[in-house]
Amino acid sequence: MNVAIQVKDLTKSFADLIAVNHISFEIKQGEIFGLLGPNGAGKTTTISMLATMQKPTAGSALIQGKDIQKDEDGVRRSIGIVFQDQSLDEELTAAENMDFHGRLYRIPPDIRKQRIDELLRLVELYERRNDLVKTFSGGMRRRLEIARGLLHHPLVLFLDEPTLGLDPQTRNHLWQYIASLSKEKNITIILTTHYMEEADRLCDRVAIIDHGTIIALDTPQNLKDGIGGDIISIKTPDLNTALQVLSEPWMERVELHNDEVRICLHSAEQHISDVITLLRQYHVQIHSVSVHKPTLEDVFLAYTGKTIREQESDRKEMMRRHFMMRRH
Amino acid sequence: MDIIYTIWLRSMTRYVRSKSRIVGSISMPLFFLLFLGFGLNSVVKIPGLGENYMQFLIPGMVAMSVLFTSVFSGIQIIWDKQFGFLKETLVAPVTRMEIMLGQTFGGATTAVIQGILIMVISLFLGLKVQGAGGFLIALGFMIIIGISFTAFGIAIASRMEDMTGFQLIMNFVIFPIFGLSGALFPISSLPAWLLPITMFDPLTYGVEGIRYGLTGVSQVHPHLCFSVIGGFACAMTVIGAFLFRKISL
Repeated sequence: MNVAIQVKDLTKSFADLIAVNHISFEIKQGEIFGLLGPNGAGKTTTISMLATMQKPTAGSALIQGKDIQKDEDGVRRSIGIVFQDQSLDEELTAAENMDFHGRLYRIPPDIRKQRIDELLRLVELYERRNDLVKTFSGGMRRRLEIARGLLHHPLVLFLDEPTLGLDPQTRNHLWQYIASLSKEKNITIILTTHYMEEADRLCDRVAIIDHGTIIALDTPQNLKDGIGGDIISIKTPDLNTALQVLSEPWMERVELHNDEVRICLHSAEQHISDVITLLRQYHVQIHSVSVHKPTLEDVFLAYTGKTIREQESDRKEMMRRHFMMRRH
Repeated sequence: MDIIYTIWLRSMTRYVRSKSRIVGSISMPLFFLLFLGFGLNSVVKIPGLGENYMQFLIPGMVAMSVLFTSVFSGIQIIWDKQFGFLKETLVAPVTRMEIMLGQTFGGATTAVIQGILIMVISLFLGLKVQGAGGFLIALGFMIIIGISFTAFGIAIASRMEDMTGFQLIMNFVIFPIFGLSGALFPISSLPAWLLPITMFDPLTYGVEGIRYGLTGVSQVHPHLCFSVIGGFACAMTVIGAFLFRKISL
Protein backbone atom coordinates (compact mmCIF):
# COMPACT_ATOMS: atom_id res chain seq x y z
CA MET A 1 0.00 0.00 0.00
CA ASN A 2 1.28 3.43 -0.89
CA VAL A 3 1.34 6.21 1.63
CA ALA A 4 -0.74 9.17 0.46
CA ILE A 5 -0.21 11.54 3.36
CA GLN A 6 2.62 11.65 5.82
CA VAL A 7 2.40 14.11 8.71
CA LYS A 8 5.25 14.61 11.12
CA ASP A 9 5.18 16.79 14.24
CA LEU A 10 2.87 19.27 12.55
CA THR A 11 2.33 22.29 14.80
CA LYS A 12 0.45 25.54 14.50
CA SER A 13 0.50 28.12 17.22
CA PHE A 14 -1.15 31.50 17.28
CA ALA A 15 -0.35 34.39 19.60
CA ASP A 16 -1.79 32.86 22.75
CA LEU A 17 -2.79 29.33 21.90
CA ILE A 18 -1.43 26.19 20.30
CA ALA A 19 -4.09 25.09 17.85
CA VAL A 20 -2.28 21.99 16.64
CA ASN A 21 0.39 20.45 18.84
CA HIS A 22 2.97 18.10 17.27
CA ILE A 23 0.63 15.72 15.53
CA SER A 24 1.96 12.86 13.42
CA PHE A 25 0.14 10.26 11.33
CA GLU A 26 0.20 8.45 8.02
CA ILE A 27 -2.67 7.83 5.65
CA LYS A 28 -2.63 5.08 3.04
CA GLN A 29 -3.73 5.56 -0.55
CA GLY A 30 -7.47 4.95 -0.88
CA GLU A 31 -8.16 5.17 2.81
CA ILE A 32 -10.97 7.20 4.39
CA PHE A 33 -9.37 8.86 7.37
CA GLY A 34 -11.36 10.78 9.96
CA LEU A 35 -10.29 13.55 12.28
CA LEU A 36 -12.84 13.41 15.07
CA GLY A 37 -13.07 15.96 17.82
CA PRO A 38 -15.04 18.84 19.29
CA ASN A 39 -15.19 22.25 17.62
CA GLY A 40 -11.97 24.12 18.22
CA ALA A 41 -9.91 20.93 18.67
CA GLY A 42 -7.65 21.85 15.75
CA LYS A 43 -9.23 19.81 12.96
CA THR A 44 -9.79 22.64 10.50
CA THR A 45 -6.38 24.13 11.24
CA THR A 46 -4.79 20.77 10.44
CA ILE A 47 -6.68 20.58 7.15
CA SER A 48 -5.78 24.19 6.31
CA MET A 49 -2.10 23.44 6.75
CA LEU A 50 -2.26 20.25 4.69
CA ALA A 51 -4.10 22.14 1.94
CA THR A 52 -1.42 24.90 1.97
CA MET A 53 -3.90 27.52 3.20
CA GLN A 54 -1.92 28.14 6.38
CA LYS A 55 1.76 27.79 7.10
CA PRO A 56 2.71 25.42 9.92
CA THR A 57 4.72 26.83 12.82
CA ALA A 58 6.76 23.64 12.97
CA GLY A 59 6.82 20.14 11.58
CA SER A 60 6.28 18.90 8.07
CA ALA A 61 3.87 16.99 5.89
CA LEU A 62 4.07 15.23 2.55
CA ILE A 63 1.04 14.81 0.32
CA GLN A 64 1.56 12.33 -2.50
CA GLY A 65 5.25 12.80 -1.79
CA LYS A 66 5.07 16.57 -2.17
CA ASP A 67 6.10 18.85 0.65
CA ILE A 68 3.32 21.21 1.77
CA GLN A 69 5.81 24.03 2.32
CA LYS A 70 8.29 23.55 -0.50
CA ASP A 71 5.95 22.50 -3.30
CA GLU A 72 2.67 24.35 -2.73
CA ASP A 73 1.58 24.16 -6.35
CA GLY A 74 2.35 20.44 -6.55
CA VAL A 75 0.25 19.82 -3.44
CA ARG A 76 -2.56 22.04 -4.71
CA ARG A 77 -2.71 20.16 -7.98
CA SER A 78 -3.07 16.80 -6.26
CA ILE A 79 -5.73 17.77 -3.73
CA GLY A 80 -9.39 18.68 -3.83
CA ILE A 81 -10.99 20.42 -0.91
CA VAL A 82 -14.52 21.01 0.28
CA PHE A 83 -14.49 23.74 2.87
CA GLN A 84 -16.57 23.88 6.02
CA ASP A 85 -18.19 27.12 4.86
CA GLN A 86 -19.59 27.48 1.42
CA SER A 87 -17.20 28.66 -1.28
CA LEU A 88 -19.42 28.80 -4.37
CA ASP A 89 -20.24 31.87 -6.41
CA GLU A 90 -23.97 32.24 -5.88
CA GLU A 91 -24.40 34.54 -8.85
CA LEU A 92 -23.12 31.86 -11.21
CA THR A 93 -24.92 28.68 -12.27
CA ALA A 94 -23.84 25.21 -11.14
CA ALA A 95 -22.22 24.55 -14.52
CA GLU A 96 -20.43 27.92 -14.48
CA ASN A 97 -19.01 27.25 -11.03
CA MET A 98 -17.69 23.94 -12.30
CA ASP A 99 -16.35 25.50 -15.48
CA PHE A 100 -14.52 28.20 -13.52
CA HIS A 101 -12.86 25.53 -11.40
CA GLY A 102 -11.93 23.48 -14.45
CA ARG A 103 -10.27 26.48 -16.04
CA LEU A 104 -8.38 27.35 -12.84
CA TYR A 105 -6.92 23.84 -12.84
CA ARG A 106 -6.17 24.11 -16.57
CA ILE A 107 -8.28 21.15 -17.69
CA PRO A 108 -8.50 21.14 -21.52
CA PRO A 109 -11.93 22.29 -22.81
CA ASP A 110 -13.24 19.01 -24.26
CA ILE A 111 -12.28 16.94 -21.21
CA ARG A 112 -13.60 19.69 -18.96
CA LYS A 113 -17.01 19.72 -20.58
CA GLN A 114 -17.30 15.94 -20.45
CA ARG A 115 -16.24 15.68 -16.80
CA ILE A 116 -18.54 18.48 -15.69
CA ASP A 117 -21.56 16.71 -17.20
CA GLU A 118 -20.44 13.40 -15.73
CA LEU A 119 -19.93 14.78 -12.23
CA LEU A 120 -23.13 16.84 -12.22
CA ARG A 121 -25.02 13.66 -13.12
CA LEU A 122 -23.21 11.81 -10.35
CA VAL A 123 -24.32 14.29 -7.68
CA GLU A 124 -27.77 14.49 -9.28
CA LEU A 125 -27.59 18.14 -10.21
CA TYR A 126 -27.46 17.74 -13.97
CA GLU A 127 -31.07 18.85 -14.41
CA ARG A 128 -30.31 22.01 -12.42
CA ARG A 129 -26.96 22.77 -14.04
CA ASN A 130 -28.11 26.04 -15.57
CA ASP A 131 -29.74 27.39 -12.43
CA LEU A 132 -28.05 30.00 -10.29
CA VAL A 133 -26.48 28.56 -7.14
CA LYS A 134 -28.39 31.05 -5.00
CA THR A 135 -31.55 29.06 -5.73
CA PHE A 136 -29.97 25.84 -4.33
CA SER A 137 -30.65 24.24 -0.95
CA GLY A 138 -27.87 23.51 1.54
CA GLY A 139 -27.63 19.87 0.51
CA MET A 140 -27.47 20.72 -3.19
CA ARG A 141 -24.67 23.22 -2.57
CA ARG A 142 -22.68 20.63 -0.64
CA ARG A 143 -23.10 18.12 -3.45
CA LEU A 144 -22.03 20.72 -5.98
CA GLU A 145 -18.95 21.55 -3.93
CA ILE A 146 -18.00 17.89 -3.71
CA ALA A 147 -18.46 17.52 -7.46
CA ARG A 148 -16.31 20.59 -7.99
CA GLY A 149 -13.64 19.26 -5.65
CA LEU A 150 -13.41 16.13 -7.82
CA LEU A 151 -13.30 17.87 -11.18
CA HIS A 152 -9.52 17.93 -11.52
CA HIS A 153 -9.25 14.27 -10.44
CA PRO A 154 -7.45 14.87 -7.15
CA LEU A 155 -5.66 11.95 -5.54
CA VAL A 156 -6.51 13.28 -2.11
CA LEU A 157 -9.84 14.85 -1.16
CA PHE A 158 -10.26 16.94 1.98
CA LEU A 159 -13.75 17.23 3.39
CA ASP A 160 -14.08 19.66 6.26
CA GLU A 161 -17.28 18.82 8.14
CA PRO A 162 -18.94 17.61 4.93
CA THR A 163 -22.40 17.07 6.42
CA LEU A 164 -22.57 19.97 8.86
CA GLY A 165 -26.05 21.47 8.96
CA LEU A 166 -27.61 18.91 6.62
CA ASP A 167 -30.78 16.97 7.32
CA PRO A 168 -30.37 13.27 8.20
CA GLN A 169 -31.60 12.06 4.84
CA THR A 170 -29.16 14.15 2.85
CA ARG A 171 -26.42 13.20 5.27
CA ASN A 172 -27.06 9.49 4.69
CA HIS A 173 -27.05 10.05 0.98
CA LEU A 174 -23.74 11.88 1.13
CA TRP A 175 -22.15 9.18 3.26
CA GLN A 176 -23.05 6.53 0.70
CA TYR A 177 -21.72 8.75 -1.98
CA ILE A 178 -18.39 9.43 -0.26
CA ALA A 179 -17.91 5.73 0.51
CA SER A 180 -18.54 4.69 -3.08
CA LEU A 181 -16.26 7.43 -4.30
CA SER A 182 -13.27 6.21 -2.36
CA LYS A 183 -13.91 2.64 -3.45
CA GLU A 184 -14.43 3.31 -7.15
CA LYS A 185 -11.80 5.94 -7.78
CA ASN A 186 -9.35 4.90 -5.06
CA ILE A 187 -9.24 8.48 -3.80
CA THR A 188 -7.74 9.09 -0.38
CA ILE A 189 -10.29 10.96 1.70
CA ILE A 190 -9.50 12.85 4.86
CA LEU A 191 -12.52 14.25 6.60
CA THR A 192 -13.11 16.16 9.79
CA THR A 193 -16.26 15.72 11.80
CA HIS A 194 -17.70 16.06 15.23
CA TYR A 195 -20.45 13.57 14.44
CA MET A 196 -19.66 10.22 16.02
CA GLU A 197 -21.84 8.16 13.67
CA GLU A 198 -20.20 9.82 10.71
CA ALA A 199 -16.71 8.81 11.78
CA ASP A 200 -17.92 5.37 12.77
CA ARG A 201 -19.78 4.55 9.59
CA LEU A 202 -17.54 6.16 7.06
CA CYS A 203 -13.93 6.01 8.18
CA ASP A 204 -11.42 3.22 7.83
CA ARG A 205 -9.41 4.81 10.60
CA VAL A 206 -10.16 7.61 13.02
CA ALA A 207 -7.85 9.97 14.85
CA ILE A 208 -9.48 11.43 17.94
CA ILE A 209 -8.19 14.92 18.40
CA ASP A 210 -8.63 17.20 21.38
CA HIS A 211 -6.81 20.38 22.39
CA GLY A 212 -4.64 20.09 19.29
CA THR A 213 -3.26 16.63 20.03
CA ILE A 214 -4.18 13.20 18.76
CA ILE A 215 -5.24 11.18 21.76
CA ALA A 216 -6.12 7.95 19.96
CA LEU A 217 -5.78 6.61 16.44
CA ASP A 218 -7.12 3.32 15.13
CA THR A 219 -10.00 1.72 13.27
CA PRO A 220 -13.38 2.58 14.82
CA GLN A 221 -13.78 -1.09 15.82
CA ASN A 222 -10.41 -1.30 17.58
CA LEU A 223 -11.03 1.99 19.35
CA LYS A 224 -14.32 0.70 20.68
CA ASP A 225 -12.89 -2.70 21.61
CA GLY A 226 -10.03 -0.96 23.36
CA ILE A 227 -12.25 0.37 26.11
CA GLY A 228 -13.91 -2.98 26.79
CA GLY A 229 -16.56 -4.84 24.85
CA ASP A 230 -19.66 -3.46 26.59
CA ILE A 231 -20.82 -0.73 28.90
CA ILE A 232 -23.27 -1.02 31.77
CA SER A 233 -24.67 2.30 32.98
CA ILE A 234 -26.35 2.44 36.35
CA LYS A 235 -28.39 5.37 37.59
CA THR A 236 -28.38 5.52 41.36
CA PRO A 237 -28.59 8.11 44.15
CA ASP A 238 -25.86 6.28 46.16
CA LEU A 239 -22.99 6.94 43.76
CA ASN A 240 -20.17 6.62 46.29
CA THR A 241 -21.31 3.35 47.76
CA ALA A 242 -21.84 1.97 44.28
CA LEU A 243 -18.33 2.94 43.25
CA GLN A 244 -16.83 1.25 46.31
CA VAL A 245 -18.81 -1.93 45.82
CA LEU A 246 -18.16 -2.31 42.12
CA SER A 247 -14.59 -3.55 41.96
CA GLU A 248 -14.55 -7.05 40.60
CA PRO A 249 -11.69 -8.40 38.49
CA TRP A 250 -13.92 -8.82 35.42
CA MET A 251 -14.69 -5.10 35.31
CA GLU A 252 -12.22 -3.42 33.01
CA ARG A 253 -12.95 0.03 34.29
CA VAL A 254 -15.51 1.70 36.54
CA GLU A 255 -16.06 5.41 36.26
CA LEU A 256 -18.38 8.10 37.42
CA HIS A 257 -19.98 10.32 34.87
CA ASN A 258 -22.70 12.84 35.68
CA ASP A 259 -25.22 10.89 37.79
CA GLU A 260 -24.23 7.54 36.41
CA VAL A 261 -21.81 4.80 37.24
CA ARG A 262 -20.40 3.30 34.07
CA ILE A 263 -18.78 -0.11 33.99
CA CYS A 264 -16.69 -1.07 30.96
CA LEU A 265 -16.45 -4.83 30.66
CA HIS A 266 -16.59 -7.82 28.33
CA SER A 267 -19.76 -9.87 27.90
CA ALA A 268 -22.08 -7.68 29.89
CA GLU A 269 -25.00 -10.09 29.38
CA GLN A 270 -23.34 -12.68 31.63
CA HIS A 271 -22.36 -10.23 34.34
CA ILE A 272 -25.38 -7.99 34.62
CA SER A 273 -27.09 -10.16 37.24
CA ASP A 274 -23.87 -10.19 39.30
CA VAL A 275 -23.77 -6.42 39.19
CA ILE A 276 -27.33 -6.11 40.40
CA THR A 277 -26.85 -8.73 43.14
CA LEU A 278 -23.76 -6.89 44.35
CA LEU A 279 -25.54 -3.57 44.55
CA ARG A 280 -28.56 -5.14 46.30
CA GLN A 281 -26.26 -6.74 48.89
CA TYR A 282 -25.07 -3.33 49.94
CA HIS A 283 -28.54 -1.79 49.72
CA VAL A 284 -27.66 0.53 46.89
CA GLN A 285 -30.81 1.95 45.31
CA ILE A 286 -31.03 1.44 41.57
CA HIS A 287 -33.06 3.80 39.39
CA SER A 288 -32.17 2.20 36.10
CA VAL A 289 -29.64 -0.08 34.43
CA SER A 290 -28.77 -0.13 30.77
CA VAL A 291 -26.35 -2.11 28.65
CA HIS A 292 -24.92 -0.88 25.37
CA LYS A 293 -22.10 -1.49 22.96
CA PRO A 294 -19.52 1.30 23.15
CA THR A 295 -19.70 4.03 20.54
CA LEU A 296 -16.93 6.42 19.57
CA GLU A 297 -18.59 8.81 22.00
CA ASP A 298 -17.69 6.36 24.78
CA VAL A 299 -14.16 6.17 23.43
CA PHE A 300 -13.87 9.95 23.54
CA LEU A 301 -15.29 9.94 27.05
CA ALA A 302 -12.87 7.22 28.14
CA TYR A 303 -9.86 9.17 26.88
CA THR A 304 -10.84 12.69 27.93
CA GLY A 305 -13.29 12.16 30.79
CA LYS A 306 -15.82 14.25 28.90
CA THR A 307 -18.24 13.83 26.06
CA ILE A 308 -17.65 15.83 22.92
CA ARG A 309 -20.63 18.04 23.66
CA GLU A 310 -19.37 18.84 27.16
CA GLN A 311 -15.97 19.62 25.77
CA GLU A 312 -17.54 22.07 23.36
CA SER A 313 -19.63 23.83 25.98
CA ASP A 314 -16.56 24.03 28.26
CA ARG A 315 -14.72 25.75 25.49
CA LYS A 316 -17.56 28.20 24.93
CA GLU A 317 -17.57 28.94 28.65
CA MET A 318 -13.83 29.57 28.56
CA MET A 319 -14.23 31.90 25.61
CA ARG A 320 -17.02 33.75 27.36
CA ARG A 321 -14.91 34.23 30.47
CA HIS A 322 -11.97 35.25 28.36
CA PHE A 323 -14.00 38.00 26.69
CA MET A 324 -15.60 39.08 29.95
CA MET A 325 -12.18 39.47 31.52
CA ARG A 326 -10.95 41.46 28.60
CA ARG A 327 -13.90 43.78 28.88
CA HIS A 328 -13.16 44.60 32.53
CA MET B 1 -2.89 34.30 -19.41
CA ASP B 2 -5.60 31.63 -19.31
CA ILE B 3 -6.04 32.12 -15.58
CA ILE B 4 -6.33 35.90 -15.91
CA TYR B 5 -8.90 35.30 -18.64
CA THR B 6 -10.83 32.90 -16.38
CA ILE B 7 -11.10 35.45 -13.58
CA TRP B 8 -11.98 38.15 -16.12
CA LEU B 9 -14.66 35.91 -17.62
CA ARG B 10 -16.27 35.46 -14.21
CA SER B 11 -16.41 39.23 -13.68
CA MET B 12 -18.06 39.64 -17.07
CA THR B 13 -20.64 36.91 -16.45
CA ARG B 14 -21.55 38.50 -13.13
CA TYR B 15 -21.64 41.98 -14.66
CA VAL B 16 -23.97 41.07 -17.49
CA ARG B 17 -26.30 39.47 -14.95
CA SER B 18 -26.45 42.41 -12.57
CA LYS B 19 -28.96 44.59 -14.39
CA SER B 20 -29.69 46.72 -11.35
CA ARG B 21 -26.00 47.50 -10.87
CA ILE B 22 -25.64 48.57 -14.51
CA VAL B 23 -28.64 50.89 -14.32
CA GLY B 24 -27.69 52.06 -10.82
CA SER B 25 -24.22 53.20 -11.72
CA ILE B 26 -25.36 54.94 -14.90
CA SER B 27 -27.99 56.93 -13.06
CA MET B 28 -25.70 59.13 -10.95
CA PRO B 29 -23.54 60.59 -13.76
CA LEU B 30 -26.63 60.80 -15.94
CA PHE B 31 -28.49 62.91 -13.37
CA PHE B 32 -25.42 65.12 -12.96
CA LEU B 33 -25.41 65.61 -16.72
CA LEU B 34 -29.10 66.46 -16.83
CA PHE B 35 -29.29 68.70 -13.76
CA LEU B 36 -25.89 70.40 -13.84
CA GLY B 37 -25.47 70.27 -17.59
CA PHE B 38 -28.77 71.81 -18.54
CA GLY B 39 -28.98 73.90 -15.39
CA LEU B 40 -25.63 75.61 -15.78
CA ASN B 41 -25.22 75.47 -19.54
CA SER B 42 -26.20 79.06 -20.14
CA VAL B 43 -24.65 80.45 -16.96
CA VAL B 44 -21.13 79.08 -17.07
CA LYS B 45 -18.48 80.20 -19.51
CA ILE B 46 -15.62 77.79 -20.10
CA PRO B 47 -12.22 78.89 -21.46
CA GLY B 48 -11.73 77.31 -24.88
CA LEU B 49 -15.27 75.99 -25.17
CA GLY B 50 -17.18 79.21 -24.76
CA GLU B 51 -20.63 78.91 -23.32
CA ASN B 52 -20.98 75.16 -23.75
CA TYR B 53 -20.86 73.76 -20.24
CA MET B 54 -22.52 70.53 -21.40
CA GLN B 55 -19.60 69.80 -23.73
CA PHE B 56 -17.27 70.43 -20.83
CA LEU B 57 -19.17 68.28 -18.37
CA ILE B 58 -19.63 65.17 -20.53
CA PRO B 59 -15.98 63.97 -20.33
CA GLY B 60 -16.08 64.57 -16.58
CA MET B 61 -19.16 62.40 -16.23
CA VAL B 62 -17.63 59.66 -18.37
CA ALA B 63 -14.62 59.71 -16.03
CA MET B 64 -16.94 59.70 -13.04
CA SER B 65 -18.76 56.58 -14.10
CA VAL B 66 -15.45 54.82 -14.83
CA LEU B 67 -14.08 55.89 -11.44
CA PHE B 68 -17.00 54.75 -9.32
CA THR B 69 -17.59 51.50 -11.19
CA SER B 70 -13.94 50.50 -11.00
CA VAL B 71 -13.48 51.26 -7.31
CA PHE B 72 -16.63 49.32 -6.61
CA SER B 73 -15.46 46.35 -8.72
CA GLY B 74 -12.18 46.25 -6.82
CA ILE B 75 -13.80 46.42 -3.43
CA GLN B 76 -16.07 43.53 -4.36
CA ILE B 77 -13.22 41.22 -3.36
CA ILE B 78 -14.49 41.72 0.18
CA TRP B 79 -17.69 39.96 -0.79
CA ASP B 80 -15.72 37.10 -2.25
CA LYS B 81 -13.89 36.97 1.05
CA GLN B 82 -17.08 37.02 3.10
CA PHE B 83 -19.02 34.56 0.97
CA GLY B 84 -16.06 32.21 0.85
CA PHE B 85 -15.49 32.23 -2.89
CA LEU B 86 -12.02 33.73 -2.55
CA LYS B 87 -10.86 30.49 -0.87
CA GLU B 88 -11.75 28.58 -4.01
CA THR B 89 -9.35 30.68 -6.06
CA LEU B 90 -6.63 30.96 -3.41
CA VAL B 91 -6.32 27.18 -2.94
CA ALA B 92 -6.04 26.54 -6.69
CA PRO B 93 -2.60 26.03 -8.24
CA VAL B 94 -2.45 29.59 -9.58
CA THR B 95 -0.47 32.62 -8.45
CA ARG B 96 -2.08 35.48 -6.58
CA MET B 97 -0.67 37.81 -9.22
CA GLU B 98 -2.83 36.10 -11.84
CA ILE B 99 -5.93 36.35 -9.65
CA MET B 100 -5.26 40.02 -8.94
CA LEU B 101 -4.65 40.91 -12.58
CA GLY B 102 -7.75 39.00 -13.70
CA GLN B 103 -9.79 40.89 -11.16
CA THR B 104 -8.25 44.21 -12.22
CA PHE B 105 -8.92 43.70 -15.91
CA GLY B 106 -12.43 42.47 -15.14
CA GLY B 107 -13.18 45.56 -13.09
CA ALA B 108 -11.59 47.87 -15.65
CA THR B 109 -13.64 46.32 -18.45
CA THR B 110 -16.94 46.78 -16.65
CA ALA B 111 -15.94 50.34 -15.77
CA VAL B 112 -15.08 51.16 -19.37
CA ILE B 113 -18.37 49.69 -20.58
CA GLN B 114 -20.20 51.90 -18.08
CA GLY B 115 -18.23 54.90 -19.36
CA ILE B 116 -19.10 54.08 -22.95
CA LEU B 117 -22.78 53.85 -22.01
CA ILE B 118 -22.59 57.40 -20.63
CA MET B 119 -20.78 58.47 -23.79
CA VAL B 120 -23.54 56.99 -25.95
CA ILE B 121 -26.24 58.68 -23.90
CA SER B 122 -24.28 61.92 -24.19
CA LEU B 123 -24.57 61.78 -27.97
CA PHE B 124 -28.22 62.68 -27.43
CA LEU B 125 -27.28 65.49 -25.05
CA GLY B 126 -25.07 67.30 -27.48
CA LEU B 127 -21.74 65.45 -27.50
CA LYS B 128 -19.96 65.94 -30.81
CA VAL B 129 -17.20 63.36 -31.18
CA GLN B 130 -14.08 64.72 -32.89
CA GLY B 131 -13.65 61.61 -35.04
CA ALA B 132 -12.35 58.09 -34.52
CA GLY B 133 -8.92 59.26 -33.32
CA GLY B 134 -10.41 61.38 -30.56
CA PHE B 135 -12.69 58.57 -29.48
CA LEU B 136 -9.76 56.14 -29.27
CA ILE B 137 -7.75 58.61 -27.18
CA ALA B 138 -10.68 58.98 -24.77
CA LEU B 139 -11.10 55.20 -24.67
CA GLY B 140 -7.42 54.76 -23.86
CA PHE B 141 -7.68 57.13 -20.91
CA MET B 142 -10.83 55.41 -19.70
CA ILE B 143 -9.03 52.05 -19.71
CA ILE B 144 -6.12 53.50 -17.72
CA ILE B 145 -8.46 55.10 -15.18
CA GLY B 146 -10.36 51.82 -14.91
CA ILE B 147 -7.19 49.81 -14.23
CA SER B 148 -5.89 52.38 -11.72
CA PHE B 149 -8.97 52.49 -9.58
CA THR B 150 -9.89 48.81 -9.73
CA ALA B 151 -6.38 48.11 -8.44
CA PHE B 152 -6.94 50.83 -5.86
CA GLY B 153 -10.17 49.12 -4.77
CA ILE B 154 -8.39 45.75 -4.54
CA ALA B 155 -5.66 47.33 -2.43
CA ILE B 156 -8.26 48.69 -0.01
CA ALA B 157 -10.31 45.49 -0.02
CA SER B 158 -7.22 43.46 0.83
CA ARG B 159 -6.86 45.43 4.06
CA MET B 160 -10.54 45.54 4.99
CA GLU B 161 -12.38 42.87 6.99
CA ASP B 162 -15.92 43.67 5.89
CA MET B 163 -18.03 46.25 4.07
CA THR B 164 -18.48 48.57 7.06
CA GLY B 165 -15.59 50.79 5.99
CA PHE B 166 -16.87 51.04 2.45
CA GLN B 167 -18.98 54.14 2.98
CA LEU B 168 -16.07 55.85 4.70
CA ILE B 169 -13.74 55.18 1.79
CA MET B 170 -16.37 56.39 -0.67
CA ASN B 171 -17.03 59.64 1.20
CA PHE B 172 -13.53 60.56 2.27
CA VAL B 173 -11.36 59.18 -0.52
CA ILE B 174 -13.29 58.59 -3.72
CA PHE B 175 -15.60 61.58 -3.60
CA PRO B 176 -12.76 64.09 -2.99
CA ILE B 177 -10.76 62.47 -5.80
CA PHE B 178 -13.76 63.03 -8.03
CA GLY B 179 -14.60 66.50 -6.75
CA LEU B 180 -11.08 67.87 -7.07
CA SER B 181 -10.43 66.40 -10.47
CA GLY B 182 -11.85 69.15 -12.64
CA ALA B 183 -14.65 66.88 -13.82
CA LEU B 184 -17.18 69.57 -12.85
CA PHE B 185 -15.22 72.80 -13.33
CA PRO B 186 -12.21 74.05 -15.29
CA ILE B 187 -9.09 73.84 -13.13
CA SER B 188 -7.70 77.08 -14.56
CA SER B 189 -10.47 79.06 -12.90
CA LEU B 190 -9.70 77.69 -9.42
CA PRO B 191 -8.26 79.97 -6.71
CA ALA B 192 -4.49 79.77 -6.49
CA TRP B 193 -4.43 77.84 -3.22
CA LEU B 194 -6.69 75.09 -4.55
CA LEU B 195 -4.90 74.56 -7.83
CA PRO B 196 -1.91 72.58 -6.44
CA ILE B 197 -4.28 70.19 -4.65
CA THR B 198 -6.07 69.56 -7.90
CA MET B 199 -2.76 68.95 -9.65
CA PHE B 200 -2.00 66.26 -7.03
CA ASP B 201 -5.20 64.41 -7.91
CA PRO B 202 -4.36 61.67 -10.43
CA LEU B 203 -7.91 61.71 -11.77
CA THR B 204 -7.39 65.30 -12.98
CA TYR B 205 -5.07 63.93 -15.66
CA GLY B 206 -7.53 61.19 -16.54
CA VAL B 207 -10.39 63.65 -16.93
CA GLU B 208 -8.29 66.06 -18.95
CA GLY B 209 -7.14 63.19 -21.18
CA ILE B 210 -10.69 62.10 -21.90
CA ARG B 211 -11.65 65.73 -22.45
CA TYR B 212 -8.85 66.14 -24.95
CA GLY B 213 -10.07 63.08 -26.83
CA LEU B 214 -13.74 64.02 -26.86
CA THR B 215 -13.63 67.80 -27.31
CA GLY B 216 -10.14 68.44 -28.65
CA VAL B 217 -9.47 70.93 -25.86
CA SER B 218 -7.71 70.35 -22.55
CA GLN B 219 -6.03 72.48 -19.94
CA VAL B 220 -3.28 69.97 -19.29
CA HIS B 221 -1.13 68.74 -22.14
CA PRO B 222 -2.29 65.26 -23.24
CA HIS B 223 1.27 63.87 -23.02
CA LEU B 224 1.53 64.95 -19.40
CA CYS B 225 -1.94 63.51 -18.77
CA PHE B 226 -0.87 60.19 -20.23
CA SER B 227 2.39 60.05 -18.25
CA VAL B 228 0.81 60.88 -14.89
CA ILE B 229 -2.30 58.69 -15.07
CA GLY B 230 -0.27 55.91 -16.72
CA GLY B 231 2.31 56.05 -13.93
CA PHE B 232 -0.47 56.08 -11.36
CA ALA B 233 -2.02 52.98 -12.93
CA CYS B 234 1.31 51.13 -12.73
CA ALA B 235 1.87 52.18 -9.12
CA MET B 236 -1.64 51.15 -8.10
CA THR B 237 -1.32 47.77 -9.80
CA VAL B 238 1.94 47.10 -7.96
CA ILE B 239 0.52 48.20 -4.60
CA GLY B 240 -2.72 46.27 -5.18
CA ALA B 241 -0.81 43.13 -6.13
CA PHE B 242 1.45 43.51 -3.10
CA LEU B 243 -1.42 43.89 -0.64
CA PHE B 244 -3.46 41.17 -2.31
CA ARG B 245 -0.54 38.75 -1.92
CA LYS B 246 -0.67 39.28 1.83
CA ILE B 247 -4.39 38.62 2.13
CA SER B 248 -5.12 35.92 4.67
CA LEU B 249 -8.36 34.12 5.32
